[in-house]
Amino acid sequence: MNSEPNNQNNHSGVGLEVRGLRKSFNSQEVLKGVDFTVKPGEIFVIMGPSGSGKSVLLKHLIGLEAPDAGEILINGEPIEAEQTLGKYRLAMVFQSGALLNSLTVGENVGLYLSEHQLKPQEEIDKIVEQKLRDVGLAEAVDKTPSELSGGMKKRAAIARALVIEPQLILYDEPTSELDPLSAVVIGEEILKLKKRIGVTSLVVSHDRDLAFGIADRIAFISEGRIVTIAPPDELKRSQDPVIKKFLQADLQHETPSKNL
Amino acid sequence: MFENIGEMILLFWRTLLALPLVWRQRQKIFDQFFEIGNASLLMVCLLSFFIGAVLALQTGPVLVERSLSSAVGGIVGYAVAKEMAPVMMAILIAGRIGSAMAAEIGSMRVYQEIDALRTMNINPIHYLVLPRLVALAAALPMLVVFAILVGWFGGAVVADVNHQIGIPFQAFYSDLREIVKLKDVANGVFKSFCFAIIIGVVSCHQGLVTIGGPRGIGRSVTKAVVNSIVCIVFFDYLLTRILLK
Repeated sequence: MNSEPNNQNNHSGVGLEVRGLRKSFNSQEVLKGVDFTVKPGEIFVIMGPSGSGKSVLLKHLIGLEAPDAGEILINGEPIEAEQTLGKYRLAMVFQSGALLNSLTVGENVGLYLSEHQLKPQEEIDKIVEQKLRDVGLAEAVDKTPSELSGGMKKRAAIARALVIEPQLILYDEPTSELDPLSAVVIGEEILKLKKRIGVTSLVVSHDRDLAFGIADRIAFISEGRIVTIAPPDELKRSQDPVIKKFLQADLQHETPSKNL
Repeated sequence: MFENIGEMILLFWRTLLALPLVWRQRQKIFDQFFEIGNASLLMVCLLSFFIGAVLALQTGPVLVERSLSSAVGGIVGYAVAKEMAPVMMAILIAGRIGSAMAAEIGSMRVYQEIDALRTMNINPIHYLVLPRLVALAAALPMLVVFAILVGWFGGAVVADVNHQIGIPFQAFYSDLREIVKLKDVANGVFKSFCFAIIIGVVSCHQGLVTIGGPRGIGRSVTKAVVNSIVCIVFFDYLLTRILLK
């Protein structure tokens, strides 16, 4: 992952293909052969209950974990090849935001450019200001991450991802811990990015509203396997008992009101 | 255990390979350097003054009683320069700076900040380990030079003031100069350079392998300090044996 990106002006999204991905931790199989394809410029949502292997899958996609078997291809090129990660720009928005606490929000957003010395400092400052304005956080540039709310942290993390001018953005639970209003803002951001720069987005979430609101296609993952891949409308009509149970889960159905 | 040793050797090797990036990381190195000096200088002075003082107090009366008062300066000077200052300062720094490094890197690891760095193509070794290791390797020897001077001063003060010893200031220093040579000081400073690398590698490694939440960070900090101290004492023997002529 040491080679530096060389094509800063190429904005178009990349395609992603996952074939037969398997991963075990201490003899427990977390991913049991995952296959799917994401088209360039698509918003692909991976949905499923907690513990179904979503986050582990995401870590494989950005090269933070190595699979036991199977392969991940970006525009047909294997991700583990060093030149692939140098050639295509990938960014990830972590569940917690994962902003560096020792830096200000502005330094966090500009970190990629300043560390790789891609631009002079004045230009970096301008880009940071622009990206923060894009996500509505222009006033937070000098604040530390600990001064931000959960939603602001996530928006700052999106701004940090945008600086890379990514061709593929991976979002890990972008709306978890957010109030419904902030969740809508994040959803709109993801849609806006698709329209503006044509980036491919892969969103891992168990937020049904978000998934149905933004997805071109949804993959439903359960117990380490993809159960189905379908556009939102089709998924809603699915008769699969696991999917039905997940989509219809509601507090009223689960709380035996007679006992209260 | 062997796995950890292997990982630490690998971490050290990768940091060495990153040394050409020192100039690029100069600001971070300077920040760490300032942090280490600022946090430790007063403590170093206090500790080394009393180390010198207690050495004079322990050896002085016994030697004076046997008419060997001219040996006090030499013994205190020799012990402080070659052994006490490097080892004690290394232990102090392991406790003060090593623990902070393990805690900071450990919490970055737990809260996915290191993963975030990787996704931005930023090597955590270049960004986190290199500046800390270089700053430590530069700062600890300097602190030890301070410690040696202050330790001698502490010994001289006690030798002069304590009525059971009663060696004048001037006499203490001239006795010291007769026995302690510049190469003895260099010997102690070299040792401290090695200890600094040990503290940096052990602490950064512990930080990088932290798992779990706050409890994991706590465990890493404890391990960083304890393992550093064990390694310091072990390598102290080894280095002393090698440097002994």
